[in-house]
Amino acid sequence: MTIMPCQVSREEALIFERSRPGRTAYSLPPLDVPTVPLETVVESRFLRTDHLAGMPEVSEVDVVRHFTRLSRWNYAVDVGMYPLGSCTMKYNPKVNERIARLEGFAQHHPLTPEELSQGSLQVLKMLEEMLCEITGMAAGCLQPAAGAHGELTGLLLIRACLEARGDPRKKVLIPDSAHGTNPASAAICGYHVQTIPSNERGLIDVDALRRAADHEVAALMLTNPNTLGLFEEEIEEIVHIMHEAGGLVYMDGANMNALVGVARPGDMGVDVLHLNIHKTFSTPHGGGGPGAGPVLVTEELEPFLPVPRIVRRTDGTLTLEHDRPHSIGRVRAFYGHFGVLVRGLSYILTMGPEGLREVAEAAVLNANYLAHHLKDIYEIPYPGPVMHEVVFSDKRQRAYGVRNVDIAKRLIDYGFHPPTMSFPLIVPGALMVEPTETESREELDLFIEAMKAIDRECRENPDLVRTAPHRTRLGRLDEVSAARRPVLRWRPEGQKAPSQESRADAPQGSAVSPNS
Amino acid sequence: MRYIPNSPTERAEMLREIGCPTIEALFRPIPEKFRLRAPLRLPPARSEAELLAFFRELAARNAAATEYAIFLGAGAYHHFIPSVVDALISRAEFFTVYTPYQPEIAQGTLQALFEYQTLICQLTGMDVANASLYDGSTALAEAVLMAERVTRRRDILMARSVHPEYQEVVRTYTRALDLNVRLLDYDPETGSLSMRTLAPDAETAAVIIQSPNFFGIIEDIAAVAERAHEVGALLIVAITEPISLGLLRPPGELGADIVVGEGQSFGIPLSFGGPYLGLFATREQFVRQMPGRIVGQAFDSQGRRGFVMTLATREQYIRREKATSNICTSQELCAIMAAIYLSTLGPRGLHEVAEQNVQKAAYLAREIARQSGFHLRFSGSHFNEFVVHSDRPVIQVLEKLRERKILGGLPLERYYPELRECFLVCVTEVITRPVLETYLRVLDEL
Repeated sequence: MTIMPCQVSREEALIFERSRPGRTAYSLPPLDVPTVPLETVVESRFLRTDHLAGMPEVSEVDVVRHFTRLSRWNYAVDVGMYPLGSCTMKYNPKVNERIARLEGFAQHHPLTPEELSQGSLQVLKMLEEMLCEITGMAAGCLQPAAGAHGELTGLLLIRACLEARGDPRKKVLIPDSAHGTNPASAAICGYHVQTIPSNERGLIDVDALRRAADHEVAALMLTNPNTLGLFEEEIEEIVHIMHEAGGLVYMDGANMNALVGVARPGDMGVDVLHLNIHKTFSTPHGGGGPGAGPVLVTEELEPFLPVPRIVRRTDGTLTLEHDRPHSIGRVRAFYGHFGVLVRGLSYILTMGPEGLREVAEAAVLNANYLAHHLKDIYEIPYPGPVMHEVVFSDKRQRAYGVRNVDIAKRLIDYGFHPPTMSFPLIVPGALMVEPTETESREELDLFIEAMKAIDRECRENPDLVRTAPHRTRLGRLDEVSAARRPVLRWRPEGQKAPSQESRADAPQGSAVSPNS
Repeated sequence: MRYIPNSPTERAEMLREIGCPTIEALFRPIPEKFRLRAPLRLPPARSEAELLAFFRELAARNAAATEYAIFLGAGAYHHFIPSVVDALISRAEFFTVYTPYQPEIAQGTLQALFEYQTLICQLTGMDVANASLYDGSTALAEAVLMAERVTRRRDILMARSVHPEYQEVVRTYTRALDLNVRLLDYDPETGSLSMRTLAPDAETAAVIIQSPNFFGIIEDIAAVAERAHEVGALLIVAITEPISLGLLRPPGELGADIVVGEGQSFGIPLSFGGPYLGLFATREQFVRQMPGRIVGQAFDSQGRRGFVMTLATREQYIRREKATSNICTSQELCAIMAAIYLSTLGPRGLHEVAEQNVQKAAYLAREIARQSGFHLRFSGSHFNEFVVHSDRPVIQVLEKLRERKILGGLPLERYYPELRECFLVCVTEVITRPVLETYLRVLDEL
């Protein structure tokens, strides 16, 4: 197999280093109102005196070349397979981009009077209703900006619900295979986190859950299918245990791509879940956002949803309802990531009910196809029937001194984005592979071949793998030094970082303890 | 289905190859009783042409900036966006990628974010900035949580002239952690923070002001900073209109400890409220308490410069429940839009846009104040927004303007019952003189 070059080798300075005095890239119409001296409008002590020194002065051509060259150093879904597990890096349909850019949407101010906002409100209401149908839940809120924000919102809803029941609780149970946002979100909501171990099959240990589910437990945060790509087969019992104990079940819907059109969390007794519109519903990930993380709930939790709620009046028009006494309040200004949500709605309408089911089928088939062809080469520590993703480990390759990160970097040389490695924590040396439904069989076969070739290299020439990547503009970057002496911004030559200067205006008082 | 490459025949072959009898069998771990028997009750699949027609019809039901002149601000601003912004971020290499976990094949995103962080530091006068949070309101909530971590104190003093929706978000976040939020009134004369009500003490973690504030008034940041620092509290400055930084002294020079803001004005479309861009910057000494992704410089073994996500030990994927924030996906593409916008404008362009905003707003404010039945509610210095007091019912005034395709302002009664005779007006560089004259004529005809 030939190794494809995937990068353009070309140096590109920082935009600040490209700056040349006098260059411009902007144009503005002349100011067409009678002017007054600035100081008569804004007190002169409030005016800036540094002339924005340091900001780049470049031409439009400079801007275009600069950012275009930078972009070519990125690997993207439109370039090839991006099997980053749990991130669902599927194809992002182009028509959705056109729709989000329609002027009636893109140039619509969020505080426009409701009567003149019916189109956008209709988009949001339709999406909310369709997500309820897809998940089997009663109501939803589209405000959360991303998955972790949805988790935060969901846990606040649980907290409000339990307080309303007169039974506030302190603990949230989280399986050891969970994504790091789950415990972080629970902590922000003031909950104590208790970890629930997985059993030998990689599923939640139901007996351990039973023991942990006491009267202090507010909720279980369950990812299903879990981060090993395994469906929690005992879901009915899990939900039963939690409800018997007086707690609620939160489902992290990051892996909904395996279930859409096939099964619904609401039917399984889940009380709250979030979806990642940028995963299952195809919106672009943008280099780490924007995403959208709608939260869906049961009837019981509906009164607590964030304000405003979009409600339908008897005449069919939509209105924003702000006066909801039980609401947890706002989790974001305005109504959420409308521009992302409209793309999600466009995707659902494109797929239709049969198409959505086909998504889950093809995604699960692709993951199983990879598992089948690679299981003899790479260990699958929890070899159950997988859903949307499969987690391999580097156990066999470690015998040759090669670790998951080395295999991942070598995959770059073969023209692929590496899998996820930072979790699940229960698999040492994890390689979490999620192909999604938008990869063709040829692409999967190329990936399989690459993984097999790397395994051979591990045995025959492990150094080649350990020092990968070899085909990129830069080699492995020294992340340890970068964190020890962080340089987080450009400064002009000769200008010192403030840590080397004394700061007279730093806050006083013993309570301030930096870097703690 | 055109987004699924493998044909049904190919899928059948793949199934055979892996020894699975049917597609249904792939789902056998899901208990039989939970598997759907019927298709979801959703509308049938639409073709691309049908889809576009459907959404065009919906979009046409909105009063958008193409058809109406928008004098609405209040946290979302209609500014001109140079064509290069959308052209460049529409490149698949920026658009269809994720968080740069693999720096060797993500240098484009990483370098652009490093440039973004630098620009935000330059504009705010702060030492360090992160690579974005969700929006201005959640960035403010994160700043409050950070102030609690830094000071180990639990009282928050927040100006009432902070954007009311931001106040609501702060309350939602702080309620869960039992932090105490007390509100500080505005001076009824000037519209800026009433210094009389500002009395931080040894329990105060942070004082929060917005500048220009919700009424468009520029706050005396230095005076508030002094008062906060006397008792060891942090000063958080929120900015919803960052174009103002083209003209106004940066909060970092005036003693702010954390600067948060809404970056939407930097090249991001209105889009009915999102996605926008949460700005977050602070002092060097607090960098390890900062939430969100941070990009830093790094070198490879050949000594070549590159960029990586750094200080990851603050983050949820390493620290889990001890992380500084739960944030994972944030707004990196919007941050890159801001970097492109700011690079395009440069120092002179940003200054000129800011000055046009001030002059146009000042012109309209002056002229409105000359009309009988109207006056400016507050006397403080303003940037591109101001509050108008009307002797006639606000709704009636705005209705008349709307008949001339002008969204004339935001009624303030819902947010401030005591200002029920007032509305907030925003004038940006995209509003032309003829529209301003129409606006004035409508008021004159009332």
